[in-house]
This record gives sequence, C-alpha cells and structure tokens, in this order.
Amino acid sequence: MSELKRTPLRDFHAAHGGRLVDFAGWEMPVQYRSILEEHKAVRRAAGLFDVSHMGEVDVRGPDAARFLNQLVTNDVAKLFAGRVLYSPMCYESGGVVDDLLVYMRGAEDYFLCINAGNIAKDLVWIRERAAGFNVTITDRSDDYALLAVQGPRAAAIVQSLTGAKLGLVKYYHFSEATVAGIQCIASRTGYTGEDGFELYHAAGDAPALAAALLAAGQPHGLELAGLGARDSLRLEAGYPLYGHEITAEISPLTAGLGWTVKLEKGADFIGRAALLAEKENGGASQVVFFRTGDRRIVRADTPVLDAAGAIVGRVLSGTLSPILNEAIGSALVATTAVAQPLAVDIRGAKLNLSLVKPPFVELKKG
Amino acid sequence: MSHIPADLRYAKSHEWVRAESDGTVTIGITDYAQNSLGDITYVQVPKVGATLKAGETFGVVESVKAASDLYLPIAGTVVAVNPALDSAPETVNRAPYAEGWMLRVKPADAGSVAALLDAAAYTKLVS
Repeated sequence: MSELKRTPLRDFHAAHGGRLVDFAGWEMPVQYRSILEEHKAVRRAAGLFDVSHMGEVDVRGPDAARFLNQLVTNDVAKLFAGRVLYSPMCYESGGVVDDLLVYMRGAEDYFLCINAGNIAKDLVWIRERAAGFNVTITDRSDDYALLAVQGPRAAAIVQSLTGAKLGLVKYYHFSEATVAGIQCIASRTGYTGEDGFELYHAAGDAPALAAALLAAGQPHGLELAGLGARDSLRLEAGYPLYGHEITAEISPLTAGLGWTVKLEKGADFIGRAALLAEKENGGASQVVFFRTGDRRIVRADTPVLDAAGAIVGRVLSGTLSPILNEAIGSALVATTAVAQPLAVDIRGAKLNLSLVKPPFVELKKG
Repeated sequence: MSHIPADLRYAKSHEWVRAESDGTVTIGITDYAQNSLGDITYVQVPKVGATLKAGETFGVVESVKAASDLYLPIAGTVVAVNPALDSAPETVNRAPYAEGWMLRVKPADAGSVAALLDAAAYTKLVS
C-alpha cells in the first residue's frame, strides 16, 4: 500500500482526537467526537472542516474564459470577478469527469476547486482538452490549504477575525481577506447546506488559521467536524458526491442537476450533444432521494425493488439523518419505475421508500 | 484506552457477559467494540423466548459506518431484551456495560460462562 498523503493539519487533527482514516489516498479525520454530534453542531452553531485534500488548479491566459466554457456544462461567460460557479465537467458521453467550482479572479485569471480523488485524472483531462487554447494550466493543490467554517454562526466567527466586510460577500461570491493575520481567499460557499465560508490559504499557514478559528468559534458553539459529518450534511442538503450521485455513467441530467447544464449558453461544450439527446429523449434512469421512516441505514449498492419485488435500481448514498432521525439516501432508479411504490430489503425487513425533493431539512444558506 | 471491567467475562467477538445472582446472564458489547463502531444508530435483538446456540448470530449493531453481526457467547434462551435501545441505540456508546446492555439469557449450561475470556485475557486481545 502506498503512503497516505497528509494535509498540513494532520498533527492538529491527531492532537484534537481526530480519528484518521484513508480517504481517497489522504489521511483525513472521519470524526473527532461523534459524527452525529458534529453534524448537529453544524446545523445548530458551526463546524470547522479541514478540506485541504481538495485540489486547486489555476487556469490563466487570453483564452481562459472560452476554454472553460467549452470544458464545463454551466455558463462560465456569466461570471464576473469575485463570482463562483458550480459546474459538472463532462465527457463527450455526458457522463461526469468531476464536479467543481470555478472562481473568476479576472478576465484571464480563473481557478478551479476539484475533488481530491480526481486531481490526477482531472489534470490529464483538462490539459488534453486545453490543446489549441492559449491558456496555462497549473496544479496548485499542494500550495493551498482549505478550511471550511459552516453553520449559522460561521459568518460571525470568521468576521471576528477579519477587518474585511464579509457581509458584502454574498453566497457564491468570494473576496481576498486577511483572517487572523493570514492572507485568504474567503469564499461564501460550502457543502453542508448552511451559510459559511471556505478559506483558501497558504499550506504553511493552516495550523495557525485552524487554531485561531477554533478559539474564536468555540464560544459560538463551533466544533471540529470530520468527513463523516461532511457526508451526512451534504446528503441531507441533497448535494451530489462524485462517485455516488454523479459518475462517468451518471450524467448531470440523470442526477437532477439540469440547472447546471446550460445547453443554450451559446458555446458548444464537451458532452453537449449527448446531454441534448438525453434531455429530448429522456434518460433510462434517474437519481431520486428518499427517506424510510426507519432508523436502519440503507447503504450504497442496496437493490431498489418495485411492488413485485423486481430490481429497478440501486442505492447510491445512504445514511441516518441526525436531524430527522431516520434513514435517508439517494438511488438510481429506472425512469419507468420512479412513479411506482419502491422498497428495499434490509436483512429481511421490507422498507418502503418515500421519495423526497431535497433538501431533507430546511436550509439557511446565504 | 478501552474500559474493561474486571468482574465480567468476554468473547473474542467483543461481547461481554455478566453472571447475575438469579442464574441468568446479561450480555452487551464492550467499550472497545462501541468505540470501534462509532455512532451506533440501530440495534437489532432477537425476540424473548428465542433459543440460540453458542457462537450463533443474535442480532446486528449498526453504526453510521457499518452494520456488524452480534454473536451469542454462550448457548441459552433469551429471557429479556433491552427496550431502551429501540429509541436510543446511542446508549450503547454512552454506557456499554450498564444502560447499554442488550440481552438477558438463561444459559443452557450453567458452567459455560467460566469458559469465556476473563478481563486480563480480553485486555491482551484488544491491546
């Protein structure tokens, strides 16, 4: 087995009781105290997450905007400096290479935030597709650390450490800010469904920034939160996770992310033809979200059954919602079966799925 | 460090057994087991009256991470199950040797408890 990669906060996690596990090749804290308690702390007050394993890529040059607009499905042309855009990046097939955030710093200056497990694959793909464009692609993943402060108290906590007027930074916008004396890109984004900031900063500054945020946050009820809570929070919010709701085989339209696929944006983009055909003809299956009214977790790859007991799909993600106190999840289901009663079998018990339009809980973001 | 009470007996599969004065035994999972599982979200136990063999699966404990089988350390008949775990399975995390108990069993063989691991042997197993 190869050596696990470490973020600059690996020792910080260990010192704070983090339970370190292998996540996509990174040694990351899955939890500190309790996944359920950390989840509830984020919904109630705030949580501090180390997400430094995420990848950052600079895309610079005269063709940067045009290149990105044909690389991703959402409309990069509508960005302006200081704006963030969520978008899938697709194959010609319409399947997803990765989902990412596009940050526009200037007319010829963008950067991307990509999933940790996809960094190497994405870089090969992006560089291949950049042939013929006047752009420079630079992997900055090792330069940046990334801390996310999420929850209803997050903005007040970050504001207490900076003179920047964070109230002016709206949801899906970002600004340069000095936080606890450390130069950051303060991005009003997140993966929990709560208000909050993601702070990109130099890797060497991460221990000092994490300590300052923890100290400033604790009087507000902030807790350290691991990747376990991050996953249950994102599922409760109805956000896709690459490898689960979106994959090389599950397109953004199948996943219910039609709002991120701008077929009419006035620029051709990779996957447009396939996605247009899927939109016109309908897909063979679709991603649905469900709750069961039971505490037994319905785990990924559990078969989804119709009333006759025939397999019509499979579960993509499943957890216990700490807020609803019942199992929630997502599943890929044959389009012809979506309107039928659906169930799963958990150790001999048949549990009916109630389909839900996410989010599962009321969100207070931005 | 896991808490391993000296007055209990243990199975290699991380259940504990306490001999009660009325001849029944109480069974749960160890502090080491609950800590390894993390947040416990569901506990499935057999019905009162079920008769099980030693080493047989008596239920399932689920955490956010995974579902794990529970094994009965000794043969016997279930005389009680902990009713609190239905609505509060996290009790097993909080008090694995007390309020988080799972079953009370009437042993098929009164001598079977003594054959289980003692605290010293279980400590060695998990360290």
